[in-house]
Amino acid sequence: MNRRQFLEGTIFFIPASAVLATLAREAGAAETTAGAGAIGSYVPANHYYGMGIEIDKCIGCNRCVEACKAENNVPPEPFYFRTWVERYSIKRNGEAEVECISVDTERRSETPEQEKDTIRSFFVPKLCNHCAHPPCVQVCPVGATFSTVDGVVLVDDNRCIGCRYCIQACPYGARFFNPRTKTADKCTFCYHRVVKGLNPACVEVCPTQARVFGDLSSKASRLVRFQRMNKTNVLKPALNTEPKVYYAGFDGEVR
Amino acid sequence: MIAEIPQGLQELLHQVTGYIYPNEIEIHWSILIVVYPYITGLVAGAFILASLVKVFNVKELQPTYRLSLLTALAFLLIAPFPLLLHLGSPLRSFEIFLTPNLSSAMAMFGFVYAWYLMGVLLLEIWFEYRRDLVVLSQSERPPLRWIHRVLALFSRDASDAGLAFDRKAIKVITIIGIPSAFLLHGYVGFIFGSVKANPWWGSVLMPIVFLMSAIVSGIAMVIFLYMIITAMRNEKIDMKCLDTITSYLFYAVIVDFSLEGLDFIHRLYESEESIKILGELISLKLFMNLVVLQILLGMLIPLGILVIARLKHFNDDMRKLLYFIAVILIQLGIFSTRWNVVIGGQLFSKSFRGLMTYKMEVLGMEGLLTALVLLALPFVILAILIRILPTRRLGEPPATPA
Repeated sequence: MNRRQFLEGTIFFIPASAVLATLAREAGAAETTAGAGAIGSYVPANHYYGMGIEIDKCIGCNRCVEACKAENNVPPEPFYFRTWVERYSIKRNGEAEVECISVDTERRSETPEQEKDTIRSFFVPKLCNHCAHPPCVQVCPVGATFSTVDGVVLVDDNRCIGCRYCIQACPYGARFFNPRTKTADKCTFCYHRVVKGLNPACVEVCPTQARVFGDLSSKASRLVRFQRMNKTNVLKPALNTEPKVYYAGFDGEVR
Repeated sequence: MIAEIPQGLQELLHQVTGYIYPNEIEIHWSILIVVYPYITGLVAGAFILASLVKVFNVKELQPTYRLSLLTALAFLLIAPFPLLLHLGSPLRSFEIFLTPNLSSAMAMFGFVYAWYLMGVLLLEIWFEYRRDLVVLSQSERPPLRWIHRVLALFSRDASDAGLAFDRKAIKVITIIGIPSAFLLHGYVGFIFGSVKANPWWGSVLMPIVFLMSAIVSGIAMVIFLYMIITAMRNEKIDMKCLDTITSYLFYAVIVDFSLEGLDFIHRLYESEESIKILGELISLKLFMNLVVLQILLGMLIPLGILVIARLKHFNDDMRKLLYFIAVILIQLGIFSTRWNVVIGGQLFSKSFRGLMTYKMEVLGMEGLLTALVLLALPFVILAILIRILPTRRLGEPPATPA
């Protein structure tokens, strides 16, 4: 090899190796994603998670919201929620008045005004619905948001570019832009706990067991029992997102 | 409170009317995302105007052919910047090329953009200018001589046979270019139109409405630039050319107006779940931008002006004045259209129970100043391009002085 050939080879080799190194890194990242959560004997393919919420059991204590913020390091400000609780007051004319009791912590401790024309009121906890057909996953340009085999929708915050298209695409307002990570953020069903066989934090702290977490693929799970015992509905079924958070005692005004 | 929290969110909390989901207080797509479809619209519109000359052989438009191409290029070069500046993690933007999610409309941006820039626009401009660049580089002094030689990609063939090949190539590229221009802007409309969670955006008409408004804004921009440039050069405007372009503009505005009207009537007639909140959105948040700026000032009045200019036999100066006013109003109207789609679509809650407020930053990364700079940059680029690439063919008789 003469000097000219050597220099030509070098010129070709440097960019080629840079491209190969990047591709290898990307391939490695994809592998990690597929195997996420494989802790110990945990096999993702054996599970398919969802949540049941019994509206009549929720007392609006907001413990779930506080537990979620603490467990997942969610910014404390009242603009960022992985889960929140809404209060519905149904009026005599059939209309609903809604407020989010998780935003204004001072007002939460106040007893709501018993207006004469309120015929009933109830609380509705909300969170990411971990849709089986998630629009957020469909629109993410880089595949940072993905569905796991065990039915959880997650965000890889090392990959998210922060375009916020997923936030626009979510019909439930379940996503926010995390000002610390500069990436999209949302409920993970406390995936880090679930893979260890634990319940999500919100389920763990609920004093009335209004939230039921479980495995839809196991007949013996609490969630399947919940579905057997209750007539359930999901949010915005017409959008065909196939949510996996099922509500019992669902009122038509809830959306 | 952590330092990175966007300022003013607390303040916005008090400006909410009705009920919104708590995460919805922050408006995610800012004025930069308004600028992006506005700019790509100008690109597509200017290109389609240029292709009228080559594909449909509209000879009257020849004086604006090169200007249209350079306008499209100048705006296209700036088009990715509003997107990049908006990203939370812009340094990761290359991931769109490395690991695109094929089900995402947005993931196609890089490919559509790259194709349009390199497969269509630069190629057509090169073939259009090649012989002129060869001839210029032979007669000029450095450094322009070097610049033109490089831009001609060291081609030295100034023969007629070469020119004939260039013309054939341009025709082929333009034929491919028209659907590509449709793709570029129709795709931007699809990004919005395919969001089923948002009834203000989610419409099958969205890509086609975007496309028609793009054609309107692109033609209006080329007319504006043509009038300004001839005035600056102290040349006489080719009135035949101007009358022909404005007639195309007139038809484009009519089609655009009909499509938007159809969209509006369709929503009103179907009267779906979201109709109440959308009604509130228009009456409480968008009245000025939608009814006054977009429809009245941006569409009906220019349409009226163009009708009057066509029907009455005004002299050249009066027609020029009327056209000039019309194209400026149209630009205002199309920018408002983009604003009303992008910002308007984020001002109501997906619970359909409440409205939010957008408070535009002035100096921040996603503020007014950045938007103004991004809107001004294409004009600077265009000024440089025109300096290097003459808008008149070599050997073509110069326009008569005014």
